[in-house]
Amino acid sequence: MYCATLAIRGIEPGLLANLAKTLTLSTPNPHRLPSKVAREDEHLLVTAAKSGDISAFEELVNRYERKIFRLTMNITRNREDAEDALQDAFMKAYSHLDKFQEDSRFYTWLVRIAANEALMRLRKRRPNQVSLDEPMEGEDDFLPLQIEDWGPSPEQRYAQTEMRDILRGVIDELPPDFRVVFVLRDVEGLSTEETAEAVGISEAAVKSRLLRARLKLRQKLDRHFRQDGTH
Amino acid sequence: MNCNGVTRRVSSYIDGELAATVVEEIELHLKECRHCTILVQQTRLTVHLYYDSDLVDFPVEVQARLHETLRRKTRRDRK
Repeated sequence: MYCATLAIRGIEPGLLANLAKTLTLSTPNPHRLPSKVAREDEHLLVTAAKSGDISAFEELVNRYERKIFRLTMNITRNREDAEDALQDAFMKAYSHLDKFQEDSRFYTWLVRIAANEALMRLRKRRPNQVSLDEPMEGEDDFLPLQIEDWGPSPEQRYAQTEMRDILRGVIDELPPDFRVVFVLRDVEGLSTEETAEAVGISEAAVKSRLLRARLKLRQKLDRHFRQDGTH
Repeated sequence: MNCNGVTRRVSSYIDGELAATVVEEIELHLKECRHCTILVQQTRLTVHLYYDSDLVDFPVEVQARLHETLRRKTRRDRK
């Protein structure tokens, strides 16, 4: 479906073929989170956990602990803070489970709690670097000056571990304001509205920071992926 | 639409959030501009590479401490 969208938008056929290989199996979809079966199952587990079934809550923990730690690490970039945020997020989820109205998915609710815990710690550690305001940047400071072709899919040129190191190194360089929004929207798959609510900023600010984050990441990845040997 | 206009909208464009008329203007520009075509493709690929990416290890000791903390909490609440 995603490839069809690309085709409609008039991408060059050669590049499209490379991208198609990459994108067919896994597509960035802001609302793709575990499968329909897992979603139905999740509802049953939440209902059981609400009625006092501790093993049902433990199953929810087992299912999401890895993803929640990834989130808190990606936001705080500090292992101690990430672990504290992880623990407090699950403790709060357990304590407030009876207040969870099920108007969203449990996982989304949990991500919001964990993002708040992680953000609280990040703001404490770096008080001037995570603001609720629009970034005060010039109009053109994020416009790329040079664009070079990356050639065939970088995913095929790099081993998985090497790619992982590149992606991790590059996201670490993002300013926290941008990184938080990018992580929630593009790594965890929250909607713009959910991200705005979790961070405490407007939807317009989410979109603005997401644009800048994506462009900055593209620019930083360019150092690794461009094929003309200038990196 | 010029290159600056496309760059400003590239994020909304790949998320499919723009009005049909704006999409049309962008695509008209992309047909003529290799620079912006590559920009759109690379931005899209960037998003794809990070989506649900497993960049963080989950150490066993972190997992063990989480389970222990929750066990203590649930045990306390049962009493």
